Amino acid sequence: MGLKRGHKARPVERVAEILIFTVSLSTIALILLIFIFVGREAFPVLLGKTNSALIQPVIPAANLDQLRPEEVREYLGLTAQQFKEMDRETLMALMESREEASNDIPESFRNDPDAKANTTQFRYLIRPHQWTGYDRPEYIWQPVGTIHKYNLMPLIVGSLKVTLIGLLFAVPVSLGAAIYVSQLASPRVREWVKPGIELLAGIPSVVMGVFALLLLASLLQRIFGYQFRLNAFVAGIALGLTAVPLIFSIAEDALTSVPRSYTQAALALGASQWQASWQVVLPAALPGVFAAAVLGFGRCIGETMVVLIASGNASTMSWSVFDSTRSLTATIAAEMAEAVAGGHHYRVLFLLGTMLFAVTFVTNFVGELIIHRLKGRMEGRG
Amino acid sequence: MKAAPRAPFHSQGKDPVALLGVSVTGFATALILVILAVILGSVVLQGLPAFSWRFVSTVPKKDFFDIESAAVLPMIVGTTIRVLVMTVFVMPIGVITAVYLTEYARAGSPYTRIVRAAINNLAGVPSIVFGLFGLGFFINFIGKNLDEFMGAEGPNFGQPAVIWASLTLAVMTLPVVIVATEEALKAIAPGLREASLALGATKLQTILRIVLPNALPGILTGGILAISRAAGEVAPILFTGAAYFMADLPKRLTDQFMDLGYHTYVLATQSPNIEKTTPILYATVLVLLLLTFSLNAVAIIVRARMRQALRAGH
Repeated sequence: MGLKRGHKARPVERVAEILIFTVSLSTIALILLIFIFVGREAFPVLLGKTNSALIQPVIPAANLDQLRPEEVREYLGLTAQQFKEMDRETLMALMESREEASNDIPESFRNDPDAKANTTQFRYLIRPHQWTGYDRPEYIWQPVGTIHKYNLMPLIVGSLKVTLIGLLFAVPVSLGAAIYVSQLASPRVREWVKPGIELLAGIPSVVMGVFALLLLASLLQRIFGYQFRLNAFVAGIALGLTAVPLIFSIAEDALTSVPRSYTQAALALGASQWQASWQVVLPAALPGVFAAAVLGFGRCIGETMVVLIASGNASTMSWSVFDSTRSLTATIAAEMAEAVAGGHHYRVLFLLGTMLFAVTFVTNFVGELIIHRLKGRMEGRG
Repeated sequence: MKAAPRAPFHSQGKDPVALLGVSVTGFATALILVILAVILGSVVLQGLPAFSWRFVSTVPKKDFFDIESAAVLPMIVGTTIRVLVMTVFVMPIGVITAVYLTEYARAGSPYTRIVRAAINNLAGVPSIVFGLFGLGFFINFIGKNLDEFMGAEGPNFGQPAVIWASLTLAVMTLPVVIVATEEALKAIAPGLREASLALGATKLQTILRIVLPNALPGILTGGILAISRAAGEVAPILFTGAAYFMADLPKRLTDQFMDLGYHTYVLATQSPNIEKTTPILYATVLVLLLLTFSLNAVAIIVRARMRQALRAGH
């Protein structure tokens, strides 16, 4: 109590503590800011406020004076700020150019029902649609063109495909290495492997992408003999490599946190070192291994550069792992530069970002929760 | 009495399942190391032919795919600047947050649990989402408003720039610095703090004169980890500052910059003749790896020196 009283009596101490506390709020503030500012740009899509239709209703410029200001603002798609700064002449000019643009639409689109469709509506984003010129409903992502096709399914399937291949490669390899290093290897081997894994973690993902592009792609094509050199399979394996250090370190952590007495008891009962690790230590650490896979999933689905360089980037809907593929992350990276700020393409790309953020938010939460519980249990019993 | 159980390693030789298990896990370990060796080996072997003093010390022409004049000086400068500016922002915030968590907050209180959850989540946010955040928050919100506030002609702050890329990276690497600093603070013997308090020092004095100086090597490690993580990141800077080509080196914080990682991506994907330009690509990757690893090495040396100095001081 004495300390506390003295501490309260000093104003400098008090101010310093408040300042330090304020700074410590920054991480919470940042998470909220990310959510707000990435979500803010995507929100109009969710609210149905965006309209990407080629043919939109036209109000003759002469009618400007009969409209309420709010109607004019909405019609021209202006922000309140922009609207405030414009005089009557500018608004008139904008309405006229809008009229002219609608007159310039080629005859072939005039009677095309797709040209009137707002393709940022949910049914176009999620469900297949039979576009003019196609003989059956299809999932199509083609944001650039006269008619903007924003179906998200090819990208979601692409991301999942690449991520699952990555995990199918990374989880067994990392877990195997983690078992070997934590349970079976001699200290000398351990001294070699751990810095090796750290070095692997230090390799930037763009370098891993280049490695996949130049070496891995040719090697795997020679082994498996598939058609496209760059595809989901190559990208998935390279993606798995970037996730190996993360999965390895969490799994290894979980395995070493199992109390030594478990192993000793098993050995005393006549089990071999392998039996002790496989039948006693591994089951005890299984939640940690699961958490490693969950966090690895979050890592893989959010990785950009490897997929952007090595997956071939064709946004076609396909479940085949040997087809060229486009992921959510790679789409954002590749298309943001050409999207007009505030336009529907820009907003749909932010929607992809919001989805990624939400998915990784959940996987992180689940992963950390499992690890926390496991640690508590091990410490409680050990 | 029966014979005592055999030593574990003996029985391993006779049990085929155990033998298989040990070989499979050993093989997984070896596979990781072999892949690592192949990556590093190929970068060094294939990067060396195009690597020269001229390559790292001159500014390339507009056509940087031309093998005769290809060079990476602006990219080295750009990457270094964005990483250093990032450090200026991330270190104070990260260190102070860690100080609060270890020195002031009660362990396990709801507030610390929320902060910890936020740190973990921040660490798991995809790097491309940080890029979107940088674009949506720093450029389109803060930058545009700054421009309006200053009444600037045309965009000055409201466009991609070194400062926005660095701030975006600072947000991304904040968890790295916090976690490393926390570890360093926790490693300090409690007796040291207690002795300081017992001698009449206040909590703040103890933190500033005893705790932080002793934790400095660990804090530096956090800084290095953050730098080496950020130096190789490309996705967060794609829309916040990286330029395809610039004739001059960046001079102000509102300039765009060329970047080693982004340049690597451009070389890998937009080359008119990938076979001809592969040597430049490998040499650029070599420079990128040398930069990240040498940043690490410098920091490790500084840390070792500091440890010695601290030991001598006690």
